[in-house]
Amino acid sequence: MINRREFCKKAMVMAGGIALPLSAFQLFDPKSLHAEKNDGNSTRWIFLVDTHKCVGCGFCVKACKSENEVPFETNASRTWVERYVVTLDGHTYIDSPKEARNGFTSTKIDQQHHGLKDVKNEDIAKGFFVPKLCNQCDKPSCVQVCPVGATFRTNDGVVLIDRKWCIGCGYCVQNCPYGARFFHPVHHVAEKCNFCYHRITKGLKTACVDACPFGARKIGNLKDLSDPVTKVIMNDRVGVLKEEYGNKPQVFYLGLSKEVR
Amino acid sequence: MKNHVWRPLYVAICIVVIVLLARTVLVPKDYGTHEQGYMYGTHRKGSIDDWKSMTVKYKGSETCKECHSDRFAEHASGAHAVISCENCHGPRGEHPENPPKLVIDKSRALCIRCHAKLPYPGSPRGSLPGIDPETHNTGLDCVTCHSPHKPQIPGFEDSKPEVKK
Repeated sequence: MINRREFCKKAMVMAGGIALPLSAFQLFDPKSLHAEKNDGNSTRWIFLVDTHKCVGCGFCVKACKSENEVPFETNASRTWVERYVVTLDGHTYIDSPKEARNGFTSTKIDQQHHGLKDVKNEDIAKGFFVPKLCNQCDKPSCVQVCPVGATFRTNDGVVLIDRKWCIGCGYCVQNCPYGARFFHPVHHVAEKCNFCYHRITKGLKTACVDACPFGARKIGNLKDLSDPVTKVIMNDRVGVLKEEYGNKPQVFYLGLSKEVR
Repeated sequence: MKNHVWRPLYVAICIVVIVLLARTVLVPKDYGTHEQGYMYGTHRKGSIDDWKSMTVKYKGSETCKECHSDRFAEHASGAHAVISCENCHGPRGEHPENPPKLVIDKSRALCIRCHAKLPYPGSPRGSLPGIDPETHNTGLDCVTCHSPHKPQIPGFEDSKPEVKK
């Protein structure tokens, strides 16, 4: 039989034990603390898209697909270009036929099950093209949801996918607010743009940047303050997509319009 | 404790030991939480090298200059100077060893990527010289009349577009 004194003692120990957070049992690691405070890296890859310069030729998509071996005839693509046509009466028509791998060659706007929409020139208030790619977010929600640690952020800020480790559950595909992830038609694992990691780490530019005739796409290093792309991002009025998701995207846009989603 | 408690407990302990043993065998040595922390940095370190070792296929126009200096100069003086060689000639790869000959895309489909007229206000596309692909010399390849390197047809220079890189 337990007496009152014993009961009170044990109850207090129990309450104290429950109140102790799990993290209190973790050993203090100065290295990880330093990593969290200041990452000490000299590189943080960023991307700049100037929508004022894009003409919707789709050479970027073509180059990306062959450089990164994503089969051309499939609708899967690491990067794509969207067309926005805003009419004078306030309607917005958006399409990206076959991810714009063959460019935009017709005035007809693909409205999927509503068919093709041909807007008369005199009804158009504005029309423009927006290239899209993975935003290599600072807080990538796709990485957080991976149950096996197959996707991760590198020290230079690029989010990579381990093809040998991915189990293809698709959580990351669902969790990217930008729709940048898809299943690779050949490898059958999650796939996305990684800023041509094999090229940028060799000092080259990404395939899409090299293919763009008009300089609408640029890659830079945010940690290098003399980098012309960094200067634009620091000094010019740049925007990012879907800021409200809190992912801290690192692809910056010049000339974004409110219609762009 | 009684035997009926111990026996299933042994089975449970065995399962735990097997799982732990299997884990040490199956999980690679370089798998773990790295510099980016638990949430963003749990991965197999070798994966970074896997990506770095991918082959570079597009080598850039500058690498064409050495052998094809005449063609390069002709292209550089024309209105298409901003277009990379590999956009039409295909990725260089290890050319001239592999492939020994690049397949040139001379199709109409390639040209109308830029030159199908889309006169959108607010887009530079409208200021590029444009045609309606459904009416402009249908059935003919663009290269029949226009040189891809110097597309301006003599006598039509007044419509020279202004393209800035």
